[in-house]
Amino acid sequence: MNVACRIVNLQEEYIKLFNDQKSLLQSGAPKKMNSLRDDALKIFEEKGIPSNKVEAYKYTNLQPYFKGSLNVAFTNDAAHNDITQHFHCEVPQLNTYNVFLVNGWFSAKDSDLNLPDGVIVCSMQEAEQKAPDVFEKYYGETAPMKEDSLVAMNTAFAQDGAFIYVPKGVVLDKPIQLVNIMTGDEDRLAFQRNLIVVDENAQLKVMLCDHTMSSQRFVINTVTEVFAKENSVFDVYNVQNQHNLTTQVQGIYVHQKKNSNILTNNLTLHAGIARNNVNVTMDDDHCESHVYGLYLSDKNQHVDNSTFINHAKPDCQSFELFKGVMDDSATGAFSGRVYVAQDAQRTNAYQSNNNLLLTDNAKINSKPQLEIYADDVKCSHGATVGQLDDEAMFYLRARGINKEEGRILLMFAFAYEVIEKIRVEPLKEQIRGLVEKRFRGEFDKCDSCVVCGQPGSNASCL
Amino acid sequence: MLVIKDLHAKIEDKEILRGINLEVKPGEVHAIMGPNGAGKSTLSSVLAGNEKFEVSEGSVSFNDKELLELSPEDRAREGLFLSFQYPIEIPGVSMVNFMRTAVNEHRKYRGEDPISASEFLKLMRDKKKLVEIDSNLTNRSVNEGFSGGEKKKNEIFQMAMLEPKLAILDETDSGLDIDALRVVANGVNKLKSPERSTIVITHYQRLLDYIVPDYVHVLYKGRIVKSAGKELALELEEKGYDWIKKEFED
Repeated sequence: MNVACRIVNLQEEYIKLFNDQKSLLQSGAPKKMNSLRDDALKIFEEKGIPSNKVEAYKYTNLQPYFKGSLNVAFTNDAAHNDITQHFHCEVPQLNTYNVFLVNGWFSAKDSDLNLPDGVIVCSMQEAEQKAPDVFEKYYGETAPMKEDSLVAMNTAFAQDGAFIYVPKGVVLDKPIQLVNIMTGDEDRLAFQRNLIVVDENAQLKVMLCDHTMSSQRFVINTVTEVFAKENSVFDVYNVQNQHNLTTQVQGIYVHQKKNSNILTNNLTLHAGIARNNVNVTMDDDHCESHVYGLYLSDKNQHVDNSTFINHAKPDCQSFELFKGVMDDSATGAFSGRVYVAQDAQRTNAYQSNNNLLLTDNAKINSKPQLEIYADDVKCSHGATVGQLDDEAMFYLRARGINKEEGRILLMFAFAYEVIEKIRVEPLKEQIRGLVEKRFRGEFDKCDSCVVCGQPGSNASCL
Repeated sequence: MLVIKDLHAKIEDKEILRGINLEVKPGEVHAIMGPNGAGKSTLSSVLAGNEKFEVSEGSVSFNDKELLELSPEDRAREGLFLSFQYPIEIPGVSMVNFMRTAVNEHRKYRGEDPISASEFLKLMRDKKKLVEIDSNLTNRSVNEGFSGGEKKKNEIFQMAMLEPKLAILDETDSGLDIDALRVVANGVNKLKSPERSTIVITHYQRLLDYIVPDYVHVLYKGRIVKSAGKELALELEEKGYDWIKKEFED
């Protein structure tokens, strides 16, 4: 069922929406999801949609984007139509296991026959039956509902999303691709909630691909919780490719155990307003985490990456690198908090944020924060903001390369460091090509799916 | 081929070139020597079109075209090549991609089709051999992590790829050990032809043992104050620049 609502005062209408639709919200959702809703709503009611008065959202006032006339689907009707049939990733070198979501609702997936034994990929709604213990144990355990009102909002409202469980010792050789398609004839607000558990000594790579298939205004609040158990290896690549009327809040919350190795990479190729939260808690010794991001913005786009790396235990390492290229009047923000707990000795934490501003109107706010309470640590952080290097440009031109081509080469040279961090070779190739196309201005995100090149809507680029 | 007339250039109101006159004919090798700060590198930058410098007076014709009116890329496509004193590192841009882009831009300018992949690889292989550049240097990003000598060899390799009509070697010998110097000089000599001219800019005479100039010019305080045959280089090596300075002190 679809409910159209007009939001003027934010909390007021959202609380009413929740209370009016409570029975639909709860129907079919797992018990653990429903049990957290009331508390979550209270937190949301108290804190509201963050404005720039909230320190963590200082550079991104989200309130205007959550206002206006928005439709919310409280049942999964749309997910059952044939939209996903238009969407088959057929790029042979990009061999993935595909899962489709429509407006945040689980819609379709490839046959399970292709999955190793014991691996579960299903909707959140089904997860309670398929993996009751795992779901009960992990759902809501690492997303910081109390600290972040948007996580609270998601916890109150989200009804579905994808659930992935990889059992002990299983290595998935193919990445799982979660494609969320935003579509419909009305402006829409969607909540998506994912839960990923990678058990001991297991390995999983996930791609989150967000795609808009119609030209309506979309507001998406996604929360993905990840648990990486002992000795596990987990990668998530968040490929953002949405039109300029989209607002997306994407939270990835990772909880790590001993010797686990995780990587997150937010590749924001095209987005209207994007706010990415990445939290990593290293809750055991000898964890390793890699947190990367690349954002390419132009026109009036805005990208805000906010990360929190929590070195709670000793002997862990974290590597963080975010790079951005901002053109036209694009604005952006990066804030990276690294916390080293008192007994987290022998921590290595490196953070860096580099930005390339191509015009006088482009703007970036970069805020690195180190909080260190241990005494035997190696930590570094740095932020740079610069323009294209005139000397390098002259070097290229002196070889006969024209200014425009030189500009593309140099922008690509700037971005490539983040692309090199991708640990899925075909995806790396694909992203390389896409980034180059983006810089050439040949990249029309409305034409096709960013990853597999499948035709999308004919909506013009806004 | 190249005719420089009364060339004046400045950077931030500081005049560095104060009336340069020079003519280079096809096939000739000219050496430009001079003490530090004389304006040697400025001259090469101005000829290549570095916008950091402002030309305030004078003219330069290159193959009967007004060089100063051309963009840096068009100067390159017309056949002017500058071997940089300090080649720039461009991480993330592979040598292959860089060279293919450059070669194709030159071809486009001449109205030719882009080079095919196999032809290009063959061209790279041949030129690498010619200038004795280590084969895996071209598998890396442009100059990234190259030693000083590798960077200079890479400049000569690029020169071989682009086959310019006029090459300006800006202090190509600085910081090179004798073996690297020999490799670089051999590369230059192998590319020599009756149509191709070279301007060698150097502080020392050693390079000129390997690349033998037809003319030696001394640049001092933004002017060419002395021109002679190759014996002038030896004289400068022996006596230094002080006698020139004394002779031409304003």
